[in-house]
Amino acid sequence: MDEILLTIDGKEVAANEGMTILEAAQKIGIYIPTLCHHELLEPYGACRLCMVEIENRGRIQYVASCLYPVENNLVVRTRSEKVDKIRKMILELLLAHAPDSRDLKELAEEYGADRNRFDREASFCVHCGLCVRYCAEVKQKFAVGFVDRGTRREISFVPKIAAEECWKCKECFPLCPTEALQAAYVYVQDITAKSPFKLVL
Amino acid sequence: MDNATIDQIIDKHHGEASSLIQILLEIQGQNHWLPKEALERISERLEVPFTRIQHIATFYKAFSLVPKGRHEVHICMGTACHVRGAQRVLETVEDLTGIKPGETDLDLKYSLEIVNCLGCCALGPVMEIDGTVHGNMTPATTRDALKKYE
Repeated sequence: MDEILLTIDGKEVAANEGMTILEAAQKIGIYIPTLCHHELLEPYGACRLCMVEIENRGRIQYVASCLYPVENNLVVRTRSEKVDKIRKMILELLLAHAPDSRDLKELAEEYGADRNRFDREASFCVHCGLCVRYCAEVKQKFAVGFVDRGTRREISFVPKIAAEECWKCKECFPLCPTEALQAAYVYVQDITAKSPFKLVL
Repeated sequence: MDNATIDQIIDKHHGEASSLIQILLEIQGQNHWLPKEALERISERLEVPFTRIQHIATFYKAFSLVPKGRHEVHICMGTACHVRGAQRVLETVEDLTGIKPGETDLDLKYSLEIVNCLGCCALGPVMEIDGTVHGNMTPATTRDALKKYE
């Protein structure tokens, strides 16, 4: 397989064909914030937080790095004035939905996002799809899925499957970036506090 | 709707998962809504996860997961129809059927829905019943048109 050479934040990176910019950056230890990304799952491109600036033959574009495949001679900048501005805006919009998410608050501090900029519409879900995709792709149980669309879209468990599978699994709970479910919160607290079993994800 | 009818529809599409939306549309057309049992049956037969069917059935407005009446009444509330008096047409239908937009009456006869444009503004105010367009409606003609449907 041909090696592809590209530059990320001034560093030369050799990547394989088919890798995404995010994977290439992670390979050399460059951090790009993500919410909806998970190594075990197909890239989804829902949160757009991994937005980076790419320059190809003099043309500048802003792309979601978790989806964009590496190209030869690509120049990637993971932080720039505009990238930061985009991320700040995305964070502010997400914070309207999940104002108390720890992950979001941390990122908001870094990017100077104001969590009160937009009217609260606290659904506590940012539609990252991690639980839905994890259940479908890794566990293949399909216990949780999206219903409805647009502003009314939300996650929903299928009671029949959930009753059988979810009690013994619950692996989607710690994935949630907003701790949308109260249960998820309790569960994470529990495993980090006293349980000898640490969940490795 | 019984399992035999559902199976018949599924067999017509050779039980292919790619025909999911066609199957849902056909059941919706015959039954006017998609009962949960029907969705479960489809999920089993097509080997499509229930969550995906649920996602699709809630995504498209053509599908309904609650019982709908035999006749679907759509009243256009687009700008042209609105200024030509669609509000009075709507009030007439509400009075006659006793239901508000988005509801279905107890006899499962009518379902009332508001739409934002049917694309024939010159005929406004427009009312559509089971796909048939009734134009230039007045409260009197609305009453007559509704009476034709049993």
